[in-house]
Amino acid sequence: MNIIVCIKQVPDTTEVKLDPATNNLVRDGVKSIINPFDMYAIEEGLRLKEKLGGKVTVITMGPPQAELALREAISLGCDEAVLISDRAFAGSDTLATSYTLSKAIEKIKDYDVIICGKQAIDGDTAQVGPGIAATLDIPQITYVRKIEEIKDGNITAQRTTEEGYEVIQTSLPCLMTVVKEINNPRLPSLKGKMKAKSAAIQVWNAAEIGAEESRIGFKGSPTWVLNIFTPPPKSNGKVFEGEPQDSVNQLVDSLKGLLY
Amino acid sequence: MSGITIYKDKCTGCAVCAKACPFDSITMVDKKPVIDLDKCTLCSSCVEACRKFGAIEIIRTTTQTPDIEKYKGVWVFAQQRKGVVAPVTYELLGKARELADKLKVDVACVLLGHDIKDKAQDLIYRGADKVYVVDDPKLEHLLEEPYARIVSNLIRKHRPEIFLCPATSMGRSLVSRVAVQLRVGLTADCTGLDVNVDERYLLQTRPAFGGSIMATILSKHHRPQLATVRHKVMKEAPVDLNRKGDIEVVEFDKSFFISRTKVLNVVDEAASTVNIAEANVIVSGGRAMGGVENFKMLEELAKIFNGAVGASRAAVDEGWIPYSHQVGQTGKTVCPKVYIACGISGQIQHLVGMQSSDVIIAINRDPSAPIFKVANYGIVGDVFAVVPLLIKRFQEVL
Repeated sequence: MNIIVCIKQVPDTTEVKLDPATNNLVRDGVKSIINPFDMYAIEEGLRLKEKLGGKVTVITMGPPQAELALREAISLGCDEAVLISDRAFAGSDTLATSYTLSKAIEKIKDYDVIICGKQAIDGDTAQVGPGIAATLDIPQITYVRKIEEIKDGNITAQRTTEEGYEVIQTSLPCLMTVVKEINNPRLPSLKGKMKAKSAAIQVWNAAEIGAEESRIGFKGSPTWVLNIFTPPPKSNGKVFEGEPQDSVNQLVDSLKGLLY
Repeated sequence: MSGITIYKDKCTGCAVCAKACPFDSITMVDKKPVIDLDKCTLCSSCVEACRKFGAIEIIRTTTQTPDIEKYKGVWVFAQQRKGVVAPVTYELLGKARELADKLKVDVACVLLGHDIKDKAQDLIYRGADKVYVVDDPKLEHLLEEPYARIVSNLIRKHRPEIFLCPATSMGRSLVSRVAVQLRVGLTADCTGLDVNVDERYLLQTRPAFGGSIMATILSKHHRPQLATVRHKVMKEAPVDLNRKGDIEVVEFDKSFFISRTKVLNVVDEAASTVNIAEANVIVSGGRAMGGVENFKMLEELAKIFNGAVGASRAAVDEGWIPYSHQVGQTGKTVCPKVYIACGISGQIQHLVGMQSSDVIIAINRDPSAPIFKVANYGIVGDVFAVVPLLIKRFQEVL
């Protein structure tokens, strides 16, 4: 079983703010982490390997420092890591990113399952997973909360819906995106940490994955950000202190017309 | 070639561009701007800021949809489940109608499913001028492969300029495939939509970083402009039984219905009888609830408004309530009309999942809890004292 896990390095959102004076994203001292949902993807990849044999290859597209995220994945037990990095990828939207990751996956060639987190916490789009599946023309199961069985070239999994879940079956190779419920990610072992330090990380640029220039970076991205802004603050928050009964009466009075 | 150019002869060194850059990519060196190309997204904020002097120019080269001017009309994907059109569809229709009226074009719906034909008329009553219906037993469940193939085909044939789809788990999974097949832009989870009538751009506003910032996204050179739209944000289109429209049942060749994926079973979980993503009122509990038994009073409060019960990660981790109720960064993002946070301190990971709610009410013992910073109304007090009084008071006034 050859498993590919796609991860993204993201800023730790607890620290993302706009400077109220300049309206700039405050980036000083912002830590980079592996997108939390991708941790479940890595864990599920490792569990599949432990159960069925094979190897886990972790890939990411990003700037040179995204290598750190890959080393962390290796410390958890991933076997190989590929950083897809090129200045030409700058400005990629989800379409260009899906294409770029797909070209790298085609280069890896032998794979049975591709696993992604359900979405990244910076962009929150949930579009790249299905985008890769569509580019590679393979089936997808999104929002997977449990893999029930992999047998005879088929996979059966539970897909989370707004109302509950669906049991989905499809053929391999396929792409899955996973939700938090699927597992509890492990911590890196000491041995893993040692291995991560010395592991060779392959770096592939646009030419090495055979990407068409018109489909990557700015050129390959139909969408772009026109502007960003802080949402308007909740104005005049009213806080009632004192006797609970008084506070409750005042609150309920304030909600007249809104709730009743 | 795409790029950004600074005309130093025009630059006065005022640094307005550096302040305007949302990505912090401009630094002033010797009173002239220097662009960090790793951070710059060519967003044009600096060009706008420097309009007076015209010292910055951005050129974006990108492919363009051929015959782009021939793309006309606003389409809505009508999501159905078990033969019932999801209410979020009507919210999208309300918005679609508004955009189409500004652009002076028609609204069309795409309705796929099994035994679904009779639902098409409802879409016309809600503002559609045309409904394309594809009715086949193989479309009973939303399977991405056949659905995407059919939707892409209809779009290629009829060329709408805008295509809106609900930002549900199904909707997002489907339309991501459509975007790749058509090689067009797709903006996820929009909470605001408007059009530039002259240029016919869709201005797509969406939260990023869990709502701590908002971004407006454009797709200038590609049609259709695809967007998924959050529920409970747009106003539902009213029913007008006098509206007339055209229903076209479209037949497709067998090959369109092929799917490698099949649905073996559909399970609705009792625990989520009221789906928190769709609830108008959410009552959420945090660590201060102290135990599973105390969530009963939250249920009671929620029930008064036919609402749902949510929870912070702390409460879910304690095992007091299932994960499907978790609101926040690793749970669900919700935007109800009213969000009542009970005993939730308001860690940023929780706030990013609920701060887009219309009205936020916080009940917490600690007056300095961060939840009060995002709350429209707050009560400083013990949840066990306040919530029962609140239930009683609401019952009196309702």
